[in-house]
Amino acid sequence: MALLQISEPGQSPQPHQRKHAVGIDLGTTNSLVATVRSGMAEVLSDEQGRELLPSVAHYTSEGVSCVGYEAAEHNVSDPLNTLASVKRLMGRGLADVKTFGNQLPYEFAADDGGMPKIKTVAGLVSPIQVSAEILRKLAGRAEIAFDSMLDGAVITVPAYFDDAQRQATKDAATLAGIKVLRLLNEPTAAAIAYGLDQAEDEDQERIIAIYDLGGGTFDISILRLSKGVFEVLATGGDSALGGDDFDHAIADWLRQQIGMGEDLSPIEQRILLEAAKSAKEELTSSEQVELEIHDWQGTITRPLMHGLIDGLIDKTLRACKRSLRDAGIATASISNVILVGGSTRTPRVGEKVAELFGREPLCSLNPDQVVAMGAALQAEVLVGNKSGDDMLLLDVIPLSLGVETMGGLIEKIIHRNTTIPVAKAQEFTTFKDGQTAMAIHILQGERELATDCRSLARFELRGIPPMVAGGAKIRVAYQVDADGLLSVSARELTSNVESRIEVKPSYGLGEEEITSMLQDSFSHARGDMQARALREQRVEADRMIEDLLAAIYKDGDALLDDEERRCLKVAIEELRDLRESTTEHRPLARQIESVAKASEEFAARRMDASIKSALAGQTLDEIDKG
Amino acid sequence: MKLSSDFFEIFAIPVAWQVERSQLDSRYRSLQQEFHPDRYASKGDVEKRLAVQTASLINQAYETLKSPLKRAQYLLELKQIDASQDSHITSDGAFLMRQIELREELSEVRDNADPFAALESLRTGVESSYSEQQSQFQAQYQSQAYDEAFNTLAKMQFSAKLLDEIEQLEADLEDQ
Repeated sequence: MALLQISEPGQSPQPHQRKHAVGIDLGTTNSLVATVRSGMAEVLSDEQGRELLPSVAHYTSEGVSCVGYEAAEHNVSDPLNTLASVKRLMGRGLADVKTFGNQLPYEFAADDGGMPKIKTVAGLVSPIQVSAEILRKLAGRAEIAFDSMLDGAVITVPAYFDDAQRQATKDAATLAGIKVLRLLNEPTAAAIAYGLDQAEDEDQERIIAIYDLGGGTFDISILRLSKGVFEVLATGGDSALGGDDFDHAIADWLRQQIGMGEDLSPIEQRILLEAAKSAKEELTSSEQVELEIHDWQGTITRPLMHGLIDGLIDKTLRACKRSLRDAGIATASISNVILVGGSTRTPRVGEKVAELFGREPLCSLNPDQVVAMGAALQAEVLVGNKSGDDMLLLDVIPLSLGVETMGGLIEKIIHRNTTIPVAKAQEFTTFKDGQTAMAIHILQGERELATDCRSLARFELRGIPPMVAGGAKIRVAYQVDADGLLSVSARELTSNVESRIEVKPSYGLGEEEITSMLQDSFSHARGDMQARALREQRVEADRMIEDLLAAIYKDGDALLDDEERRCLKVAIEELRDLRESTTEHRPLARQIESVAKASEEFAARRMDASIKSALAGQTLDEIDKG
Repeated sequence: MKLSSDFFEIFAIPVAWQVERSQLDSRYRSLQQEFHPDRYASKGDVEKRLAVQTASLINQAYETLKSPLKRAQYLLELKQIDASQDSHITSDGAFLMRQIELREELSEVRDNADPFAALESLRTGVESSYSEQQSQFQAQYQSQAYDEAFNTLAKMQFSAKLLDEIEQLEADLEDQ
């Protein structure tokens, strides 16, 4: 029998290596990647020294030809195959897309899942695939900078993203082969960047409002910052409202002035949009701008532009008021207002925000970079480089979760602005004799009618033992994790049968679809992917061995009997042997899984023990005080 | 996973109506510092899952203890009284009459010359009876008059619901 080496704490078998983690801001218009070097967050640039990566991918009949600046050059010449602003389509259904479809020049096709795909010369392309291309490009930039593999990333999402939009973002990362440490809300990321920047008054409790207006999304978050704990009190916004809408409002005005009809060719649309965008940008510094499009000449003044966009800004201000109310905070108690997102460069936005909150907003950090920087700081903690003793994020679910009830109404199960993670359970019964199945429809949103809310998934509970009506008791448990993602399980209580659940996401990719897409991308560069997968599994095996040995050393005597301890040690030893000998990632992955299973009970006992000791510690504190 | 401790035990405070909010907040933060899933991000799947469950429980306990209504319900539940239903019927006729009047007043707010002022005066009134009901609950709970406490809880639910609706109407008015 092989002898097991147990290393003393502090003398781990491999010296603790610094991990490579990044924060990625996957934006509607531009994306960025940042990392922490010598304690400071910094944005990584490409070979030309450019920090932004336009969120654009260009497709040819061969597939993706380029991503970023190069792709954006095809905007006007080849609009149908130059995919931009796909963030607006993430986790959306075909019906949603139709409502703002006239703003995007693409042709859509529905797939079975109800999620729109874009028709290109390379065939149908899902928004998730486009996002994966952008993520892959950014990860590649980081790997060049590190000269090493990436250990993980924090990817930011608008706080107002619903479950389907978050899941779509996570799926894109999976497709790009990136390990997601956390999906982080963009305003929260900005707060981290600012919060740690101003650590001098750390002891003071502060209430911060983050106003985040990007190209295609708007978020408002109200946070309480106290001793390194960032507690989101309320969040709100509109995941289909952004600075792009300013451009569209101006473009539409131009179209009317020029006397063009409503039916524009994709190229005409692009020309008007580009003109609108450059007018908007010029008006940030000048009072008026002269335009010339085809034979038409005209002037746009600041007041004229304000007239076109004020309605849109007012919409964001209403959302701010609602969030303040949800947070139970008066505008007077706000210590700081932070502006985030490229669209806050429009001076009118800052003016109106200052008016609402009665104070000048902060914008000392670059509004384009602040989200990626905050994400990088969080990634550094999550990957384990920094103990992060006192930095903690407590985020909320942005939209209520509920189930459809009789008559197409919605019953809320988890209310918006509830701190996550959160678990809720609900009991149902059968209404017919011998009923063995039940359908549950899960929705997200604030409206009363199911048809006005976002459909997330439909579940079929099967295998309910036949009983008289009302006899079966089915407990459905909803769990929202720290990423804001929902999972559901169900159990029939009287017989204790775990019902089979079929999850069919209303929008988004099924498990199988992701697997097949992953296989497709593997087959492009099979050897490469194999090697990468093996490296990843080895890292995982090392982590597991190290953690388990440390756990056995610390708690083995108290929590394991001799036989359990022996079994675990054998499992660890087998894993270690396989890690050294195998050249294939799959057997190693299987072995890792089996060790995880074998140590599950031990992990549960350790968690329970640490809860007990936390409770005991508090009780002792209590006695000390008394 | 055992975690069978009651919510008061999780926060290491006595089972009672009165809770010290600042104590609750600081305990909450220190518990989440230890058990939040972010603390387990570089651990294995089993540990991650356990952390999600534990942090969810801590959140639930905090939500319950923070809210007067949920705390009252929970206190009665610990006495084996099922108070989880959203609305109970109270047999206090005068109270019910008053509720009907208040609701009428609420529905007429929009027609008022100054709807915000009307709403504010309505709110002040409801808040003051809500706080009276809470003191009543506390006294009844302390003297172990659980049936009476249960009846008071029903009244508290009326008040809390009305306050929610006042908030909602205020939001709607502001949006217009």
